[in-house]
Amino acid sequence: MTPLMLVADDFKAPGPSIFDFPPLYDGAPYWLTKPVLMAIFGAVVVCAVAWSAFAKPKLVPRGMQNLGEMGYQFVRDQVARPFLGKDAERWMPLLLSLFFLILLWNFFGVIPLIQIPVASHIAFPIVFAITIYVIKIYLGIKHQGLGGYFKNMMFPPGLPKPIYVLLAPIEFLSNLIIAPFTHAVRLFANMFAGHLILAFFSMVGFWFLFEKPTPLGAGLGVVGVIMTIAMTGFEMFIEFLQAFLFTMLAAMYIGNSLHAEH
Amino acid sequence: MTLAATFLAAEGESPLIPHAYELVVGSFAFLVVFLVVGKILTPRIQKTLAERTEAIEGGIKKAEDAQAEAQRTLEQYRAQLAEARQEAARLREEAREQGAAIKAELREEAQAEARRIIEAAHAQIEADRQQAFTQLRGEIGRLSTELASRIVGESLEDEARQRRIVDRFLEELEGRPEAVR
Repeated sequence: MTPLMLVADDFKAPGPSIFDFPPLYDGAPYWLTKPVLMAIFGAVVVCAVAWSAFAKPKLVPRGMQNLGEMGYQFVRDQVARPFLGKDAERWMPLLLSLFFLILLWNFFGVIPLIQIPVASHIAFPIVFAITIYVIKIYLGIKHQGLGGYFKNMMFPPGLPKPIYVLLAPIEFLSNLIIAPFTHAVRLFANMFAGHLILAFFSMVGFWFLFEKPTPLGAGLGVVGVIMTIAMTGFEMFIEFLQAFLFTMLAAMYIGNSLHAEH
Repeated sequence: MTLAATFLAAEGESPLIPHAYELVVGSFAFLVVFLVVGKILTPRIQKTLAERTEAIEGGIKKAEDAQAEAQRTLEQYRAQLAEARQEAARLREEAREQGAAIKAELREEAQAEARRIIEAAHAQIEADRQQAFTQLRGEIGRLSTELASRIVGESLEDEARQRRIVDRFLEELEGRPEAVR
C-alpha cells in the first residue's frame, strides 16, 4: 500500500447512494423529494421564462424575446429543419418544449444549491423517450400504413434477399426496442455519470483540505478542487450537448416516421 | 477499497429502475411545459417571425418599387431634357435662318432703294439737261435770229463791221450769264 492509499483509507468515494433522496422534511409525503421538487420548479421556470419571452412578441425583439428567439431559432435551424424539412414548423411546439425543459433540468446539475441534474433520475428521461416512442409509432403507421411501416423498417429495398434474414430482426430490435431504450438511457447515463464525477472531485477536495487535512493529502485536495472546477465547465457542455442530442434524435425519429427512409 | 467496490456496497436499488412517482411528476411537468410553451407560446413567436419575414420582404419590395419609380422619373427627366435641348437647338437654328433672311431682305431693299434714288437722280439730271437743252435751243434760235437781223439790219458792208457786230454780240452774251446756265 502506498502512503496515499493509507491517508485515503477512510475516504469514501461517493456512490449511487448520492442519488437517493429522502422526503424533503419530516412528515412529508414519500414522493416529495428534492429531484421531484426540482422537476416541478424547472417546469415552472421554463414556462415563466418562455412566457416573458414569447407572451407578447414584438416585430422588433427586445430583451428576453431576443434570448427566446435565439433558443427558438437554434432548435428550428439545428434540430427541426435538418430532419423534418417543411414539417419543421409543425413540430416546433413539441421540440421546443422538450429542448427547453431538458436543458434547464440538465443545467440544474451545476447551479449552486440545486446541484442535481433532474435527468439523473431515469424516470424523467423515460417520460420523454416514451412520449417520442408513441408519437413515432403512431406517425409511422398513420403515414406509411401498418404493413408499410414495418416493411419499410425491416425490409429496406435494394439489398440481396439473404441479407434480410439477418437484417429484418436487427432492424426490428434496433428501431422498436433498442432505440427508445438508448434514447432515454443516453441522457440519463450522461447526467448520472457527470453528477457522480462532480461529486467525487468535490468530495476529494473537501475531504483532503477540510475534513482530514494532512500535508500529504493537501496536494490531492487541490487537484480535487481544480478538477471540480474544470469538470463543472465540461459538465455544462455535456448538459447542453445531451439536451441537444435528445431533441435531435426525437426530430429524427419523427422525421423517419413521416417519410420512410430510402 | 476500490471505487467499484464502493459502488457495489452502496447500491440499494438500481438507478436504472424508475420511481413510479417520478414518472407521474415527469409526465405532469412535461405536459404543463408542452401546453404553455408548445401550445400557447410557440405559435405566437412563429406568427411574429413570419410577420417579421413578411415585413422585411415587404420593406425590400417597397424599396425596390421606390427605386424603380425613381429610375423611371429620372429617365423621364432625361428624355424631357434631351427634348428641350433639341427644341432649343431647333429654335436657335430657326432664328438664325430668320435673321439671315431678314438681313438679306433688308439688303435687297436697301439696294433697291439706292438704285431707285440713283435712277431718280439720273432722271432728274436728264430732265434738267433736256430742259436746259430746250431752253438753250430756244435761246440760241432767238439769239441767232437777233444776230442775223442785226447783221442784216446793219447791211453787211464789210468784214470789219461784221466782226465788230459779232464781238459785240458775244460780249452781250457774256453780259447775260443766266442765258447759258
